[in-house]
Amino acid sequence: MRREDDYEVRSAHLKSMSDEELKDYFWKLAQQVVDPLLELGYKNTSPAIERSVLLRMGFSSLEAKPMVEQAIAHNLISHGVGNVVYRLSKATGMPLLDAGKALARGELWDKAETLFEGGKHNG
Amino acid sequence: MADYKLDPNERIDVEAVLQDLEHYHPRRRGWVWRKKAENQDMGPFHYREISEPMKGESVGLMTAHYFDNIDPQPMPTITTEIASGRFEDDIRRMRMAAHHGADHIMVIRTAGQSHFDGLIEGTPQGIGGVPITRKQVRAQRKALDMIEDEIGRPINYHSYVSGVAGPDVAVMFAEEGVNGCHQDPQYNVIYRNINMIRSFVDACESKKIIAWADMAQIDGAHNANATAREAWKVMPELMVQHAINAIFSAKVGIKKGNICLSTVPPSATPAPEVFMDLPYAVALRDLFTEYRMRAQMNTKYVESSTRDATVTHVLDMLISKLTSADIQSTITPDEGRNVPWHIYNIEACDTAKQTLLGLDGLMDMVELKKDGPLREKARELKERAVLFFEEILEVGGYFNAVQQGFFVDSGFYPERGGDGIFREIDGGVGVGTVYERAEDYMAPVTAHYGYNNVAQYDETAVNDPAKLIGGCTFEDPEKIVYIDELDEEDNVNVRMAETAKYRGKDCHTLKPEMEWLADGIVMITMFFPTSKKIAEAAAVEVGRRMGLQEVEVISREIMQQAEGTRVEIKGKVNFDLDINELEIPEEPDVLTEQEIWDDIQRKPMTVVCGTVGNDEHSVGLREIIDIKHGGIEKYGIKVHYLGTSVPVEKLVNAAIELDADAILASTIISHDDIHYKNIANIDRLAREMGVRDKLIFIVGGTQITPEIAVQMGADAGFGRGTKGIHDATFLVKRRRELEAAGKWPR
Repeated sequence: MRREDDYEVRSAHLKSMSDEELKDYFWKLAQQVVDPLLELGYKNTSPAIERSVLLRMGFSSLEAKPMVEQAIAHNLISHGVGNVVYRLSKATGMPLLDAGKALARGELWDKAETLFEGGKHNG
Repeated sequence: MADYKLDPNERIDVEAVLQDLEHYHPRRRGWVWRKKAENQDMGPFHYREISEPMKGESVGLMTAHYFDNIDPQPMPTITTEIASGRFEDDIRRMRMAAHHGADHIMVIRTAGQSHFDGLIEGTPQGIGGVPITRKQVRAQRKALDMIEDEIGRPINYHSYVSGVAGPDVAVMFAEEGVNGCHQDPQYNVIYRNINMIRSFVDACESKKIIAWADMAQIDGAHNANATAREAWKVMPELMVQHAINAIFSAKVGIKKGNICLSTVPPSATPAPEVFMDLPYAVALRDLFTEYRMRAQMNTKYVESSTRDATVTHVLDMLISKLTSADIQSTITPDEGRNVPWHIYNIEACDTAKQTLLGLDGLMDMVELKKDGPLREKARELKERAVLFFEEILEVGGYFNAVQQGFFVDSGFYPERGGDGIFREIDGGVGVGTVYERAEDYMAPVTAHYGYNNVAQYDETAVNDPAKLIGGCTFEDPEKIVYIDELDEEDNVNVRMAETAKYRGKDCHTLKPEMEWLADGIVMITMFFPTSKKIAEAAAVEVGRRMGLQEVEVISREIMQQAEGTRVEIKGKVNFDLDINELEIPEEPDVLTEQEIWDDIQRKPMTVVCGTVGNDEHSVGLREIIDIKHGGIEKYGIKVHYLGTSVPVEKLVNAAIELDADAILASTIISHDDIHYKNIANIDRLAREMGVRDKLIFIVGGTQITPEIAVQMGADAGFGRGTKGIHDATFLVKRRRELEAAGKWPR
């Protein structure tokens, strides 16, 4: 879209504001712009977020990547891949890292699916 | 090698740095700001805004030797960007930069890393930057620990948390003690065409981790400036971009004092830069009072002339000084010609230190006007930014605004040029990879953003999700998995084996270098009295005939289109030098000016001098004695100058008459060895008159060989290139020797 500079007309309603009021208004608008973006982050996850969780759990980057890819393929990512490992470890009695490494190798996904009601979306 | 420490007289042992990396853990987390020095006195000067001095080794400005080698440090953190593609060579450059005053070392990523979905491991070579990997980060952080100890000041290490692996990288940085980073989801969207939903969702997680690690964060807004055709017109948009990232980050949890705006003076000369950019800088600081300013330099208009770039950078820093800067970025003046070289990183650091010190205290004397064009323009810019925000909300929010090409438009908003960058909400790299969290979604780790149903397992772990697994890597670094190398060919060990002979304590093989060890690159500046086109071809030919390989013109400047062109070339030498085969002249032994001064104050000294024989040369001797040439008078030595063609008898008699301490004879003409005969004559005459023991006798001249002068009877001889300080040093030292031997006072 091309548009001529209509600053004079557009800014008429700002002229009566003090510098301080203008500043407050600026930040109020900024907040309105970012609020829905923060909400989006609150409700969603992504492969990178899940990999970052697995890294913090003590998996290597080489393990985290296939674990997340498999979780997506098995429709389990919405539960959290760290959660999948955690629940699998609890259910099988395997140490957490062993459970995760098995998943990274492509094993035990059938078992994992049963732990999350077949991967159905819960919420 | 755990106890390996740097020795200021030895090159850093990169192999030692790389040893035992798997067991290294960073010794601290978080960003460190400079602190204002309590004592603002240094050398002969009083400052108003210097930070705590470096407690260890450092290299001061070139002129520091006039002032007791002081090395005052300005208040802002000084950044240098180092990323040649070989991180191992960058370590050496980091050390040099740190000694010149950099305490924020930024590593640029290799081309394409932002689209790499995951962490890169190992140490592959980079292009236009360095592949950021755990091993590379760990090695550089470890080296910087040692360098910190050597210079006595903390160094902040920095790279980028962006692209489609932002959260992965953020975790790795937090684990590895990285202190600062770029993080701005808008950058991904606009410049890397990464899907906007993915970018913002990932950014929440990344920022949460950055907050935990107490890192300083820099935004990406300055890129709009570098991208838009007429950079100064994007000022309203820049404020909007800064605000989006700033408040978004603060809401995720990063403390405002660690959120930095990357702000650039948008214009550059020949524009009236300060007049155009100062209102923008003021407007920004009016609005972002709680945040930090990272003053970046203009790169948009950088050309191949390093002088031109340096002037722009100095003007940019004037704006920093007239407003404020918490971090003063530096851009190497060779950025317009190549990936930066060592020497230009150092030049850029010195340019910043020199400029900021030179402007120390400026704002105690001048202030920005409270009315007039400055404030009017600033107000207008703020209003334009507010209007920009209003329209974002009118069209339904940020994503719709991006989809409609609001950003990086060349119009001065609300003017629109229609040439902004358009991105689709359901397009870009990583589209469709965002998943809604289920009701039982859970992540058992620290610093995780958003919905996390920990309570389903343990109510008491709600505020500490990592408790479920007995702590994550943030609590227990032993859980971090270190991967060494994945590629057998493309790694640091292979590269270092190739250059092994140029490294090590006993290394005696040398080659010039600009970016990588032994790269052989040299630069030559020349002038040709001809047109640009011919001069360029001629310069390349000169390089070839000098035996250089891969000769390239890197800069050209017209002096006058017919009269001549300045050209700079680079090329590679393909031979090694053996240090043992070099003829290395001995450094003249020189006392400090203060030491000489103090000794003459302790006990005055008188000398008589003149050019002896039939010799009318006077320039050399005057240089040695005159105060305005830095001669010996400067140190308080009393000089009786007898002129030229002075008979040797007259010189010796004058010394006796004036009770002089020394005779300084100049002898230039060397026909038939007359210069040495003069020396022998003075020595003989002084002996005959019984005063030789009571006089220091030194002689100088362009044809004098010091050893022969001494053989002929002088106490010392000085040849070409001698300065007053060399003579003064000898006089003082010789007098001390005589005093120690009980021969003085006479």
